Amino acid sequence: MKKVKDMTRQLSGPRRIGFSSTMSKWDIKLSPYLYVSPFFLSFAIFGLFPIVFNIWVALHDWDRRVGQGDFVGLDNFVWVLNQPAFWTSLQNTFSIFVLSLVPQLILALVIATILDQNLRTRTFWRMGVLVPFVVMPVASAMIFSQVFGQFGLVTPLMHELGWFTDVDSPFFHNRFLSHIAIATMIIFRWTGYNALIFLAAMQAVPRDLYEAATIDGAGRARQFFSVTIPSIRPTMIFVVLTMTIGGLQVFDEARVFDGTGSGGTGQGGSDNQWLTTVLYLFNLGFGDWQDRMGQAAAVAWLFAAVIIFFTLLNFFLTRAISTNTSKTTRAARTAAKRQAAAARSDRARSDRATQHSAEIASTEKGRSR
Amino acid sequence: MSGAYIESVSGSGARKYAQRRAAKGRPIKPSRPGGDSGGRRPGWVSYALLSVVLLASIFPLYYTAILGSSTRIEIAQSALPRLLPGPNLIDNIVAIVSNQQIDFWASAVNSVLVAVVVSAATVFFSTLAGFAFSKLNFRARNGLYIFVIATLVIPMQLGTVPMFIMMNQFGWIDSLAALIVPSLVGAFGVFWMTQYLRGSLPYELIEAARVDGASVLRIFWSVALPAAKPAAATLALFTFVASWNEFFWPSVVLRSQKTLPLVIPQLSGAFTADHALIMSGVFLIALPLLVGFVFLGRQLVAGVMAGAVKG
Repeated sequence: MKKVKDMTRQLSGPRRIGFSSTMSKWDIKLSPYLYVSPFFLSFAIFGLFPIVFNIWVALHDWDRRVGQGDFVGLDNFVWVLNQPAFWTSLQNTFSIFVLSLVPQLILALVIATILDQNLRTRTFWRMGVLVPFVVMPVASAMIFSQVFGQFGLVTPLMHELGWFTDVDSPFFHNRFLSHIAIATMIIFRWTGYNALIFLAAMQAVPRDLYEAATIDGAGRARQFFSVTIPSIRPTMIFVVLTMTIGGLQVFDEARVFDGTGSGGTGQGGSDNQWLTTVLYLFNLGFGDWQDRMGQAAAVAWLFAAVIIFFTLLNFFLTRAISTNTSKTTRAARTAAKRQAAAARSDRARSDRATQHSAEIASTEKGRSR
Repeated sequence: MSGAYIESVSGSGARKYAQRRAAKGRPIKPSRPGGDSGGRRPGWVSYALLSVVLLASIFPLYYTAILGSSTRIEIAQSALPRLLPGPNLIDNIVAIVSNQQIDFWASAVNSVLVAVVVSAATVFFSTLAGFAFSKLNFRARNGLYIFVIATLVIPMQLGTVPMFIMMNQFGWIDSLAALIVPSLVGAFGVFWMTQYLRGSLPYELIEAARVDGASVLRIFWSVALPAAKPAAATLALFTFVASWNEFFWPSVVLRSQKTLPLVIPQLSGAFTADHALIMSGVFLIALPLLVGFVFLGRQLVAGVMAGAVKG
């Protein structure tokens, strides 16, 4: 009897067996699930359920105040597809998207290349390009409405040149010009942000590659297209994808565009010149004049399909391009690395006197420029 | 060490500096060849181009301040009525703040409340989930994590109509709860914290805490949370900015209550075509984040660049 007691005491010494040990076993087993559960709970209620429920709403008449009405089958979809405004909104969305994407990519790459140097006060410049990111989108929409408005900076100039003299502010009448104005707001907000993303990718490019390219006599432009661009391609794919998903969902800018007392109603223009699809959805479901939540739900489905389609298309397009080139890139990279290593060892082998090697380096650099 | 070499590597300023040092009898010693010395200093063209970019970034705000310190008549007469913001800006801002219809202070309080609660909750729940995903073993961990990332690409506007109906059922229309509760935790935050903790929280620390008899919650609180601080601060910043600027969802669910972004379109209704007053209001509402940016912009820059490498 005494022996048994001793044994238990021994066992319960360093290794705790019993209540607290089962507790800690459960603790280790269950805690992870407990910790990730807030996200999944929140996603189930506010992410997944609404998406599924959206099907139900889209198949019914639905009034904002009264609630669920009759089952109408696919009538809401048919109604939406027969609305010219829906198709106009899709066109506008794509027009604004393309007008903002292309200049933004080019500008961001150029700015990133400039920032990717041994600058003085580099944090200052980096912060400088990120300023627009913290300007409230609605505020910048108001500001640019003013810039492009009747008493703004652009319209008087155009009137001076004799263009669009028949209207107060052509940017609120002409469809294409309104797209340019809205694209400007998007470019203003996101260019610096994307430039910093590109900059981070550029800084991860091994400096040997540039060294090798310099030795091979490549100028700065050639280095940019043959070294920088291929090396940061994955980041470019990432940026283009996020910009596709975000850029197609333009709402703030379009909603507020005519907001500076130009007689606008925030509905996307008198002839839907800058009505985007998300704004159209908003007007249908939550605008002051219409109460068509069922139709709005149908728009949401159709638009989600469009977004997914274009995201996948962009993904496969950019991936196809990148896999084609990345083979040559990898080959070029190893070749360049070998060259750089050779150049380094050459230099190390040369006379210990740094004076001498410095002269070589300076003539090399001089030749390349 | 020749002046020509110094100039080719570090620019003409460096050459002059080296000559001055040499004249004083303390010449600059050459650095190890092939070492990573940071490279050549760029010429003035780079700084000029960056200055143009900086001006373009600042100009809209400057323009807003200029218009905000003018009168409506001045704006109608001249595109840029003055070159420096005047005292009129203060008068206009006072007019905005004291306007009953605008209700600036109540909206500001709402904005602060929503943004603070949302970012605090997001940081806490994301760190908790990130700790589990990066450092704890459980079944289906990888599958669940991939699921989290996959939810990032779902366009959220898809659920707007049902979400509105749900908020209506909960009685949350025109209530801040409709802005706060659905945003308490998001996929991006979980992803962000997981990626960070994966690389910066050594298993040895966790093992040591476990040997000392700490529970998993205790390990989270005393080991993981302190280690997560830098990433948590960045996540808090980004969540705050996003929540502060959010316009679509508040426009859907709020009626009499307002957050600051909702005040902006209201300005043009309250001061019909008085561009000076409207723009001073826009300036006032855009200002707080910009002031914050002066102090926290460094972290924001680091966050954007870190996200790029990981994403």
